[in-house]
Amino acid sequence: MPDLLELDHISLAYDTPDGVVPVVNDLSLGLRKGHIGCLLGSSGCGKTTILRAIAGFEPLRAGEIRLAGRVLSTPGDAIEPQDRQVGMMFQDYALFPHLNVEENVAFGLRKLTKTRRQMRVNEMLELVGLTDARKRYPHELSGGQQQRVALARALAPEPELLLLDEPFSNLDVDTRERLAFELRDILKKTGHTALLVTHNQAEAFAIADRIGVMDKGSILQWDTPYALHNAPASPFVADFIKREVLMAQRAQAYQRGLAAE
Amino acid sequence: MSGGRRFLGSEAGSVWLLGAVLIALGVLAPLATLVWHASSGSFEHWAHLFDHVLPQAFLNTTLLLAGVAVLVTALGVGAAWLITAYQFPGRSILSWALLLPLAVPTYIVAFAYLDILHPIGPIQTWIRELLGYTSPRQFRLPDLRSLPGAIVLLGFVLYPYVYLSTRIMFATQAASLLEAARILGETGRGVFLRVALPMARPAIAIGVSLALLEALNDIGASEFLGVQTLTVSVYTTWVTRNDLAGAAQIALAMLCVVAILVLLERRGRRRQRYASNLRARPVQPLQLHGTRALVASALGWAPVIIGFVAPAIYLLSETINHLALAGSVSDQLLASAGNTLTVALVATFFTVLAGLIVAWAARAVRHSQQPPLARICARISTTGYAIPGTVLAIGLLTPLIAFDGLLSHVAGVVMGAEPSLWLMGSMGALVCAYVIRFLAISVGGMESGLARIPPSLEQAARLLGESPAGTLRRVHLPLLRPAIGAAGLLVFVDAMKELPATLLLRPAGFETLATWLYAEAARGTYEEGAVAALAIVLAGLVPVVLLARSQLKPVY
Amino acid sequence: MNSKPARRSLLRSGLLAALLLSSVGQAALAQEVNLYTTREPRLIQPLLDEFTKDTGVKVTTVFVKDGLIERVKAEGEKSPADVLMTVDIGNLLDLVEAGVTQPVDSKVLQEVIPAHLRGADNRWFTLSLRDRVAYVSTDLELGAITYEAFADPRWKGKVCIRSGQHPYNTALIAAMIAHNGLQATEDWLRNVKNNLGRKAAGGDRDVARDILGGICDIGIANAYYVGRMKNSEPGSDARKWGDAIKVVRPTFEKSRGTHVNISGAAIAKHSPNREQAVQLLEYLVSDKAQSMYAKANYEYPVKAGVELDPVVASFGELKIDTLPLTEIAKHRREASELVDKVGFNN
Repeated sequence: MPDLLELDHISLAYDTPDGVVPVVNDLSLGLRKGHIGCLLGSSGCGKTTILRAIAGFEPLRAGEIRLAGRVLSTPGDAIEPQDRQVGMMFQDYALFPHLNVEENVAFGLRKLTKTRRQMRVNEMLELVGLTDARKRYPHELSGGQQQRVALARALAPEPELLLLDEPFSNLDVDTRERLAFELRDILKKTGHTALLVTHNQAEAFAIADRIGVMDKGSILQWDTPYALHNAPASPFVADFIKREVLMAQRAQAYQRGLAAE
Repeated sequence: MSGGRRFLGSEAGSVWLLGAVLIALGVLAPLATLVWHASSGSFEHWAHLFDHVLPQAFLNTTLLLAGVAVLVTALGVGAAWLITAYQFPGRSILSWALLLPLAVPTYIVAFAYLDILHPIGPIQTWIRELLGYTSPRQFRLPDLRSLPGAIVLLGFVLYPYVYLSTRIMFATQAASLLEAARILGETGRGVFLRVALPMARPAIAIGVSLALLEALNDIGASEFLGVQTLTVSVYTTWVTRNDLAGAAQIALAMLCVVAILVLLERRGRRRQRYASNLRARPVQPLQLHGTRALVASALGWAPVIIGFVAPAIYLLSETINHLALAGSVSDQLLASAGNTLTVALVATFFTVLAGLIVAWAARAVRHSQQPPLARICARISTTGYAIPGTVLAIGLLTPLIAFDGLLSHVAGVVMGAEPSLWLMGSMGALVCAYVIRFLAISVGGMESGLARIPPSLEQAARLLGESPAGTLRRVHLPLLRPAIGAAGLLVFVDAMKELPATLLLRPAGFETLATWLYAEAARGTYEEGAVAALAIVLAGLVPVVLLARSQLKPVY
Repeated sequence: MNSKPARRSLLRSGLLAALLLSSVGQAALAQEVNLYTTREPRLIQPLLDEFTKDTGVKVTTVFVKDGLIERVKAEGEKSPADVLMTVDIGNLLDLVEAGVTQPVDSKVLQEVIPAHLRGADNRWFTLSLRDRVAYVSTDLELGAITYEAFADPRWKGKVCIRSGQHPYNTALIAAMIAHNGLQATEDWLRNVKNNLGRKAAGGDRDVARDILGGICDIGIANAYYVGRMKNSEPGSDARKWGDAIKVVRPTFEKSRGTHVNISGAAIAKHSPNREQAVQLLEYLVSDKAQSMYAKANYEYPVKAGVELDPVVASFGELKIDTLPLTEIAKHRREASELVDKVGFNN
């Protein structure tokens, strides 16, 4: 099976008044359809930049980004963000404050007829469990609820790929773990392909099928959680992964009947 | 695959950029004319100005601006902090009442206080009664017609600019920062001085520079109070010596001061945080009791009383007296009022539109540079605000007449119409002048409104399939409504109060309340003038009250 | 003006002819005249209303406080201005010099207006006189005074006057320069400045108000305001101020005459309604209009023999300074620069 998302030797950099600062150098990865991938690393390693490049907000300096065989970005050219069929959940959720939950979810569905749109909105709200809150406004929701609205909104237009930028960083520890599992459930149910970015190993291990440990703009190892723990490719990776965390996660994952492939 | 590398930042869209450039050129036109007029003057002009006029005028202007800056900062920041940090009876009313002096133009406050504080006016008469004197020749207070007098009057009428921007800043600051300071042991004063004040510095800079631009532009108060500012010198040089070149030269010198003020404001805006935390909690005010509550109330209400209530009451009583004596209000006054409202509404519409175009073209997106051309356009577009109305009007005459000629020519060729003064013969010229004068308010309001919208909202909309134009319409415009409303109201109030440019550019038989008032004052019939002044202040109240109400709604 | 009815019917038939002769697309000939004036509209409106009543010609007034020349010049050939009216000899002569006027050959105007009060080239005409006099506190015994005496140390801290740059004052200073020379005038101006009781600001009526308020004892202002103030409603502010002062007409030492300024008019170069413009001017020097200038505006009529308002008459005889008005215009610029040099308004 070919990969749905292909990052082919991409390089990314920033223009600053002092010159060009490289962020990501010659990075490649492939994500299969239906899988949830995760870029794991501390801040500054370039993971968010990669996400933004896939979304179309950062230009490529080298390499190619392909989605379902279609070329999204090359150094000389790129498809507009609105034409990429990519969805994104932002760190601050970016819910439109002047629209209620329903309207937020419906935002990307203008091409549908009214009935189809309503149907889709209902479907999404049910999926995330917010049907009762449809008329509420973002500032009336808790952090966890806001996150769910953001998810529903991003999934509503049926994107090929869902990007998630540190989706749990604004939540407290207990909610985080619970929501991480819930998110995985939802994504597996709908069959969406997703790429997540985080610095928190617990989340990565709870949610992802493939994890890429990153440092200074490169992926050190792109593998299943199990493999990362049992066969780390380098001392850095080994240090990065905490044994206890993996044990607890693995146990819970087996419990829920979701084996790591 | 779409052509070209366009990544959310360099694409403000060429249409918007074109609009911004055209607007900037429009603002530059009178400046260019001024330079042209100034360079056509002789050097002996310049020598005389340099020796006898400029030094004193420069000194007076500098002292005036410095004094006003100190006063408006003290009043504006003090009031904003009082309202933000403390709870006392009457606080919610006071929070919007502090904006009321915005409704009183500088020339009206001077006009009112010259009477209120005159030796034979109510205050001094009362003081003499208290002290047992019968005649002003036995006892009188120092004359208001002085530089300190001007500083005080202008300060009490211009502080709302600082109050407004500082209050918004205090309200959107994360309460957690201020509370953290409290928990770390800071007293109320410490929290204010060490946390709130430094954080609010950019907002203070913006408010002060707006207030000072207004003070610099004022002609009425300075003239009535006998302070020879640069603006007054421009006016008199041109009026008494018909020396347009000399006036233009002084005007260009004033633009140095303007440049400094504009730079100050720009730095302030740049330092402001670009994206607010959407979940910022408002600050919890401290409850005050007893004497402290009373003192707080008194301190809070003092600027309102001095800057608005006293002049308003004076105007009201003069109007009542006049109506009692004369029986009615003249038709001219009613016609003037209608004209004022019409031209202010039209001008507001165009000004807000132009401001939106300029601000949108110039907006910065994270990780990308602001498009430099649009940024330059934005800066240029704010300079019109600082040009004194008279000089702006003179600078506009030549381009507008030329434009009229062009239009007439085209209309004659295309439609066979008679040559006529399209712009000069209608409100068109006035609207042009108002747009140029007040564009800074609109651009500033739009820019800070745009800056408060996190870039992630735009990115989200784009990923949900919306084009840039669609994003503007569905996301930014609704969220900008408060900013648009605020800018529109401020422009409307200023347009209604405008005097010098209106005197020169209005068409035949067209009076606004301000020009009518000035004519009455020139003639010396202060009583009827008071009626027009009261009308201006009352009309100016409506947008101020609406503005105040919108400030009490939660900020996004 | 004994041919008014004849004039009117002449106008009417002229109008009819014009209508019959006019082609499609041409605007119908309306009886109107456009007046650009720096005079406060209220002062001139009653006279204009009478004119319209008597002649049927509609008057549209544009009040241009400043920049009259700039405006007319900028409007160029398309300018609708017919009559340009101003209240200062300097402004009037500037209009002529700026080339925005045209000569008028009118017997009526030439007969009524004395030669030194109109342009030798027939481009400007005086309509009324405005003498600049001393307002004196009624508590003070003062029979006569010269302009030069205002510099006397006995008046230290007791003098009120409006801005030195105001055209009324620069005209006076210019006249002083013409009489006494530049240096003497500079000394005089410095001493007057030292005698000021408050800043040189405000209007002429403020001089009366400030005298009442005890800020000063004497001041220099225009005479017609006094007529207005003393004739105001009893109990009104204006009346109180008027009652606090009396008028003494100062004279120049050299000429023993009182300085006057004028309100005057000229016809615009590209006047579209020239005939009506001349008509308006001639009307304004008629007995009826001059009497209105005198009785309603309290100014001094330019036409001899017109009855004065009693208050104005009580000021005594007006002996006009014989200095030609063009002399004033000549020294205007120097006067204004002198005000700056001395820092009079500071």
